[in-house]
Amino acid sequence: MTASSFPVLSALIFFPLAASLALLAVKGEEAVRRLTLAAGLAEITLALPLAGFDLASGGFQFVEKASWVPQWGLTYHLGIDGISLLMILLTVALLPLCVLCSWHYISRRIKEFHIVLLLMTSACVGVFAALDFVLFYLFWEAMLVPMYLLIAVWGGPNKRYASIKFFLYTLAGSTLLLVAIIAFYAAGGTFSIPELMTKTFSPRLQFWAFLAMALAFAIKCPMFPFHTWLPAAHVEAPTAGSVLLASVLLKMGTYGFLRFCMPLTPDACVTFAPLMIALSLASILYGGVIALGQKDMKKLIAYSSVGHMGFVTLGIFLFSQRGVEGAVMQMLNHGITTGGLFMLVGAAYERSHSREISENMGLGKYLPAYMFFFGLFSLSSLGFPGTNSFVGEALVLVGAFQESLLVGGLAIPGAMLAAAYMLRLLQKLAWGEPGKGATFTDLCPREWIYLAPLAVFVLYIGLAPTMTLKVMDPSIDKLLKDFSARTEYTATARPINLAHTPVMNGKEANQ
Amino acid sequence: MTLALLPEILLLGLIVLIFCLVVAKPGKDVAGTWLPVGCLAVLAAAGASLGQSALLFGGTYQVDPLSQFMKMAVALGLFIAVTNSRGQATLKDEVRADYSMLLCLSAWGLMLLASAVELMTIYISLEISSYALYALIPLRAGDKRAAEAGIKYVLFGAAATAVSLYGFAYITASQHTTFLAELTTKQWDFATNPGALVGLIMFMAGFMYKLALFPFHFWCPDVYQGTSNETAAYAATLPKLGAVVILVRLASLLVPGQPGMTILAVLGAVSMTFGNLSALVQDDVKRMLGYSSIAHAGYVTIGLVAGTAEGLASASFYALVYILMNLTCFWVVCHLSKDGRNMRYADLDGLHQRSPVFAFVLAVAAFSLVGLPPTAGFMGKLFLLTAAWGRGYDWLVIIAALNTAISIYFYLSLVRHAYTHDPSSASETKNSGLALGTLFAAVLLALGILPGPVYELAAQAGKSLLP
Repeated sequence: MTASSFPVLSALIFFPLAASLALLAVKGEEAVRRLTLAAGLAEITLALPLAGFDLASGGFQFVEKASWVPQWGLTYHLGIDGISLLMILLTVALLPLCVLCSWHYISRRIKEFHIVLLLMTSACVGVFAALDFVLFYLFWEAMLVPMYLLIAVWGGPNKRYASIKFFLYTLAGSTLLLVAIIAFYAAGGTFSIPELMTKTFSPRLQFWAFLAMALAFAIKCPMFPFHTWLPAAHVEAPTAGSVLLASVLLKMGTYGFLRFCMPLTPDACVTFAPLMIALSLASILYGGVIALGQKDMKKLIAYSSVGHMGFVTLGIFLFSQRGVEGAVMQMLNHGITTGGLFMLVGAAYERSHSREISENMGLGKYLPAYMFFFGLFSLSSLGFPGTNSFVGEALVLVGAFQESLLVGGLAIPGAMLAAAYMLRLLQKLAWGEPGKGATFTDLCPREWIYLAPLAVFVLYIGLAPTMTLKVMDPSIDKLLKDFSARTEYTATARPINLAHTPVMNGKEANQ
Repeated sequence: MTLALLPEILLLGLIVLIFCLVVAKPGKDVAGTWLPVGCLAVLAAAGASLGQSALLFGGTYQVDPLSQFMKMAVALGLFIAVTNSRGQATLKDEVRADYSMLLCLSAWGLMLLASAVELMTIYISLEISSYALYALIPLRAGDKRAAEAGIKYVLFGAAATAVSLYGFAYITASQHTTFLAELTTKQWDFATNPGALVGLIMFMAGFMYKLALFPFHFWCPDVYQGTSNETAAYAATLPKLGAVVILVRLASLLVPGQPGMTILAVLGAVSMTFGNLSALVQDDVKRMLGYSSIAHAGYVTIGLVAGTAEGLASASFYALVYILMNLTCFWVVCHLSKDGRNMRYADLDGLHQRSPVFAFVLAVAAFSLVGLPPTAGFMGKLFLLTAAWGRGYDWLVIIAALNTAISIYFYLSLVRHAYTHDPSSASETKNSGLALGTLFAAVLLALGILPGPVYELAAQAGKSLLP
């Protein structure tokens, strides 16, 4: 818990900023791409000290604290626990992959594109590392502008509509978040998140603050019925934009629920849990049903995201160890899997210049490597055992069945729908007639490079989730302990202790 | 004493110098080259006199942290406005020197206003500033709309002044003094002293007119649209500072919960909502900025109704941030408009190609006006909202927060046209003013990331009024 000598988190936040300034001086498209790629790799190197994360502690680590605006008690306060560590690693790892997958896709205003990518990374790391409420809000809002530009400048034909909808929706949601932050400051006397977590707030404040925060986070997730900006944004965004949107931005919503709603407004969380669970189930079912009818690959994956994020919010609002573990697992897995799927759609688009399923059918015979990756990520997306998403979904479902048979029973069709729409997509892409793939080339080395790491993680987390669970477990334990101490809400008894059995963990758990 | 009055004396010296030169060489642009430097000197003088305090001229003129903070803001704004007005396309050559002189005279009146602590002095300072501006507004060569704007500004201004004076009479009649220091010790609630409260609100109305607070806003969009870009830049920003400083002084007389405060809060809420909703449908950039200034006047009232030192400090800080971000926005508009005609959104198309620097400066200013981090506008708004929360006007805070969501659309339109639209024609762009524009954008970002030192000045000003 002591402040480390090297400010890792600050370095992770400010290095991309510095790199984007350096880019201004660089001339030549190739040089810009290479430099950004190098910056992305350097950013990963900078993240290496995070390996010193103490797995036994559930508290905040790598804490950095400095005075910022003393008149209002604002502090520059950074720190991470297991949950934010995973999210930061995901964000950092995606930067070079995004550069690689945009190598040919982005052909105009290249320098600006890479500057925007770097700014995004900076803001995203900041969101997950901030421990001061205002600092969090600063990064949370700062991220809107680069994302808006990603969609509005490099997007598809309908980009104007999609980008404005994205901006309006998310900004409208978060204005009330600011009011909630101020209300917490007025009641708790500080903007520091760890300090606020130790305080108990009046039920009335909790009620309204929960609503304000939940609106912001539910729009970001997005939960049904606030999801309508997502398909529009995904379809129009360039590949890298979609990847960042799906893998990182959506996670901020659920991260907000975990980091702010549960510790700060525990009573209101319990009050609203039935509503949130119902909305989550609605997201799961609605997302699945709509995905089933899509002709556009990106739209299909976008709606599947709505369903997957429904599993995350469902897991969170079960308030049980299994549920929250599953939720965090699912956050990470959705980032990996959906990121991979969007990259693959981008790769298909580069070949066929269309995202329609009908224009990309029958690739199996001609593009075996492409279909291998597509198959792997699709199976992961539908939660096939042995892939990463299975772990997350299974944990959430276990938690749901512990809560009540009804909740679990309603979530099951969602998992089945996922299988239906993903297998339909997979089948058409691999064997659909008439086949379009005869003239397409298979994956080039660059594409191998950006898909392989994600594929490795799909299998690694799928087959050996222990390490990931170990990282998040102490933080989740602490979160739930504080939560139940505050609310006298005890999660239902846990007869099934899956995560600690060899079935889920392999051998390591028994050692 | 000399140091305390240095900025005013220096500015008055500049004005007299221009006057003499104009008399000696009528019709020549005698001030164009050196005036920005002179204004920088005034800014330096204002900075040097920051720590001063004095009570002069029979207790009517007070040099305190608030006045010095505002004088610095006025000097900064004047420097930008004067630099901006150089090479104005729609100004006849023979009136250029007079234009500069009137600009300085108006700012001088505002500086006096910042220090005035007696109602009559306040009134006279306001009029010095306003009369100069009445003459400035129609100075747009051969444009009938400018004449219309001038007439509107004079007529509405005269009416507002009359109301103000009427209120002044009520205050004097019921409180038997015109000194603010003594007025603070009097009763101001409706039950014991209705005449005084009515008088105070009427007196404040004159300043609400300057601030373009609803329902005193009618003149604002028309005047901005009619007058030249450069004059609009000045009229939209600096007079508001004067209004804010007086409203800050007067608001320290009131206690939250009183009818006077509640009226102010309601006017603020209506002002921001009305301003933002009207700005949504504008096509002319200056007109949009006009309506947006009505909204921003509403934001400032949030700090006034808080009734705390923090609230007054936030209002002062926001006023400074407001003139800076608005002048930055106007800076880009003025420099892009080659022949001085009004800009439409479509004229900004493809700015990122024509002039990437201006596109960036405009984006920073626009996002600051929205209140998005990491710009000064966000910090200003954060301070305002935080100061007012829990003071009985929580609804106002919520309305202000929701207004951010309304306002994003039209400010984003600036950025959208600049960044995402392709240029309609191969029109070239003047590339003057890039360096200063970048500097203003940098200051907006710096104030958004580290507002502490500048806010400290405003905080002292607030504390000096409500210890």
